Amino acid sequence: MRTSPQKGLPLRRRAYGGAMRVLLYLSAAATLGLLAFLIGYILYRGLPGLSWEFLTSAESMLKETDGILPAIQNTVFVVLVTLAIVLPLGVGAAVYLTEYARSRRIAGAVEFAAETLAGIPSIVYALVGMLVFCQFLSLQKTLLAGALTLVIMTLPTIIRTTQESLKTVPQGYREGALGLGAGKWRMIRTVVLPSSADGIVTGCILAVGRIVGESAVLMFTAGMGTTLQQFFTAGGFTKSSGATLTVALYVYAKERAEFGLAFSVAVVLLAATLLINLSAKLAARKLKKR
Amino acid sequence: MHAVFLVCGLIAVAFVLLITVYLIASGLPAIMQVGLGNFLFGAVWEPTATTREPSFGILPFLLTSIYGTAGAVVLGVPLGFFTAVFLAKAAPPKLAAVVRGAVELLAGIPSVVYGLVGMLVLVPLLREAFRLPAGDSLLAAMLVLAVMILPSIISVAETALRAVPREYEEASLALGATEIETYFRVTAPAAKSGIAAAVVLGVGRAIGEAMAVLMVAGNVANMPSLLTSVKFLTTAIASEMSYAAVGSLQRQALFSIGLVLFLFIMLINALLNLLLKRGGKGGRG
Repeated sequence: MRTSPQKGLPLRRRAYGGAMRVLLYLSAAATLGLLAFLIGYILYRGLPGLSWEFLTSAESMLKETDGILPAIQNTVFVVLVTLAIVLPLGVGAAVYLTEYARSRRIAGAVEFAAETLAGIPSIVYALVGMLVFCQFLSLQKTLLAGALTLVIMTLPTIIRTTQESLKTVPQGYREGALGLGAGKWRMIRTVVLPSSADGIVTGCILAVGRIVGESAVLMFTAGMGTTLQQFFTAGGFTKSSGATLTVALYVYAKERAEFGLAFSVAVVLLAATLLINLSAKLAARKLKKR
Repeated sequence: MHAVFLVCGLIAVAFVLLITVYLIASGLPAIMQVGLGNFLFGAVWEPTATTREPSFGILPFLLTSIYGTAGAVVLGVPLGFFTAVFLAKAAPPKLAAVVRGAVELLAGIPSVVYGLVGMLVLVPLLREAFRLPAGDSLLAAMLVLAVMILPSIISVAETALRAVPREYEEASLALGATEIETYFRVTAPAAKSGIAAAVVLGVGRAIGEAMAVLMVAGNVANMPSLLTSVKFLTTAIASEMSYAAVGSLQRQALFSIGLVLFLFIMLINALLNLLLKRGGKGGRG
């Protein structure tokens, strides 16, 4: 709605317009500048310490070298385990809400629960995870306990995005499938879910973002171990404590005062964030195309 | 199959019940023992005092959380609001896409990274500027929180501004108002519930943030003032949980703080839902 500048305006109104426009641009510039500063500063402090060896080895007291391979492993492991559990749960709940729910009361309760879970701060999840998984189910501080806590935390994200995308599946698809004689479950499995796959993928990416960025929960439920995990021994991951990238960053910065290393981890996290955002955008674009 | 999906849905409900029940069950004993009044309004937190009676007053944490959040909102909301108006209305599409990408990236950066930069840039800066012995302070936490809540404020406020019917703006323009006057005097007032929701969401984020604050606030249980080291509700839990002895009253009191935090957040969520629902109606009408 561009209009030509109104020349006949009194000076006061022109000044107001000009000042506000300047303020708008300044605010946007400040937001951009903030991000530019953050990225610039993190790269400036973190890049020097970043090497192939740092990324692909564990720290060694003997050789006095540092490495974050264990943290990367732990992060990947927590992401995979969490997704493996939360995905069926979240998609199932969303399918219930959009396809099956007949009782408004139950549907309302599920939606309210998802909203509540989305608002709970991570330190509260940390407490509950510690009480329920580490102590009550006596998993101790392990990556498994961390992943299980994160399941609760990421559930609302998966439910919401899946629900949104299920709602966009045209009603005609469902009627067509039912009309051809498919049962309800077959209709959902072969028509509804495949045509909302992009939305489910977007939800997964968002959940991955939350998991990679989470620190408080993992510090209290997954611990701070920094040893390299053995992939092939039975239960290796589930039984050991381990720091993810964010927790490793915190330990470097706050407990060991190794700021250079902390910034190097920050560079890795920044790269991961960028990657996650880009893939979320890509998935969303595909969703729109449909 | 109906039953399977029903169970998936009910699991979400079960999680909420689980969290509520566990927090109440583990948070109440300490409150009972200390006394609700002493717990909420006691000004001294010395859970491990040996020469005196240990005391468990969380007023310093409560006030710090409230002041810190208020500060973050005061600093973050104006910037967020103007950026949102810029994105929704005034920006050329290409520039808007760039800024929106930046906001999304800001939203995705982990809180420990904000904490790290705050710890090594902001804290020394404050120390120099105010000639303090240490720069870890409530002010540092406010500034970090302001940056961290910015993305959620911007995106919710932008959505609200976009939902305002075009006719409102066209009517205003036709009556001779300029574009800028229309944005601020027609569009923004029409989107006020959505913008309020953005602020409330920011409040929720700020109250719940633990790690970044833990890295910049200094973590001493002082009564809040701008340039002293303080502990928030969240950081009291985060910093003491690792060394509070299992079964001790201190540990139980930390769970009680968790319960207080949980109640705070439930209150804020209820407000948020109210605002969003009202905003949804206003947008349509």
